[in-house]
Amino acid sequence: MRIALQAIAGLIFGLGLLISGMADPAKVLNFLDLFGSFDPSLILVMGGAVMLTFVGYRLAFRRGQPWLASRFDLPVLKAIDLRLVAGAALFGLGWGLAGFCPGPALVSITLAGTSGLIFVASMLLAMTVTQSWLVRRQQVAGADAS
Amino acid sequence: MTEFTPYASLAGGLLIGLSAVLLMAGLGRIAGITGIVGHLLPPWRGEVKGRAAFVAGLVAAPLIFTLFHLPLHAVTVAASTPALVVAGLAVGAGTVLGNGCTSGHGVCGLARLSPRSLAATLTFMAVAFVTVFIVRHVI
Repeated sequence: MRIALQAIAGLIFGLGLLISGMADPAKVLNFLDLFGSFDPSLILVMGGAVMLTFVGYRLAFRRGQPWLASRFDLPVLKAIDLRLVAGAALFGLGWGLAGFCPGPALVSITLAGTSGLIFVASMLLAMTVTQSWLVRRQQVAGADAS
Repeated sequence: MTEFTPYASLAGGLLIGLSAVLLMAGLGRIAGITGIVGHLLPPWRGEVKGRAAFVAGLVAAPLIFTLFHLPLHAVTVAASTPALVVAGLAVGAGTVLGNGCTSGHGVCGLARLSPRSLAATLTFMAVAFVTVFIVRHVI
């Protein structure tokens, strides 16, 4: 049941990306090209997604508990620190260079040919290396503290 | 040039929102692609099967269009191979360091009115605008 719900959520997310046009890097780059061939479509993608999520989250939280889990698992980090800003900036650079962010890159993996594969392989490699490094650093910090 | 598609884009955005609400109402989880994919890569931690199912659903989405003979928006990649490698590495490292991408921070975080997600979203949007400006109008 839990697995089926996640499969359906992934499918709906993918359909949303495809229908909205956000899976197409050309459309994303035109949205980001304020002083050129600006295409404002993505404002509606983000706006529609945020508005529906805002309302839906409130209804979900009001119930007190998720349908299939014991509690809501919300992010605990609150600090706006260098790691957050540097990470977001690095992400923005990559997003602006290729027009792909993680969701659209995955949904169009079967549509974007070799280019899509190259991007996704590079992205997954960097994710693996970065999170392995973060975990190791945490373990070292933990060992120091004990 | 790409055409302004207000209705399709709004409809797609609402579907993305619906998916995010389903994950929260059903499992109490954030629909963040970075977090979901990150759990499927080494060093593995947390539940894998459900997250793999989410990614499988995501990757299978184009099949629905084929199955029902619906027109599929073209996917046009203009970036060169070196640019794609640099972009992929930057997106991978940046989203892990910043704990999220367009979905986790941009959609779920903003919907939760999280100041941290707002800071992340403003940062990646600003840098992406500047990057496209430099690539298209300066270089």
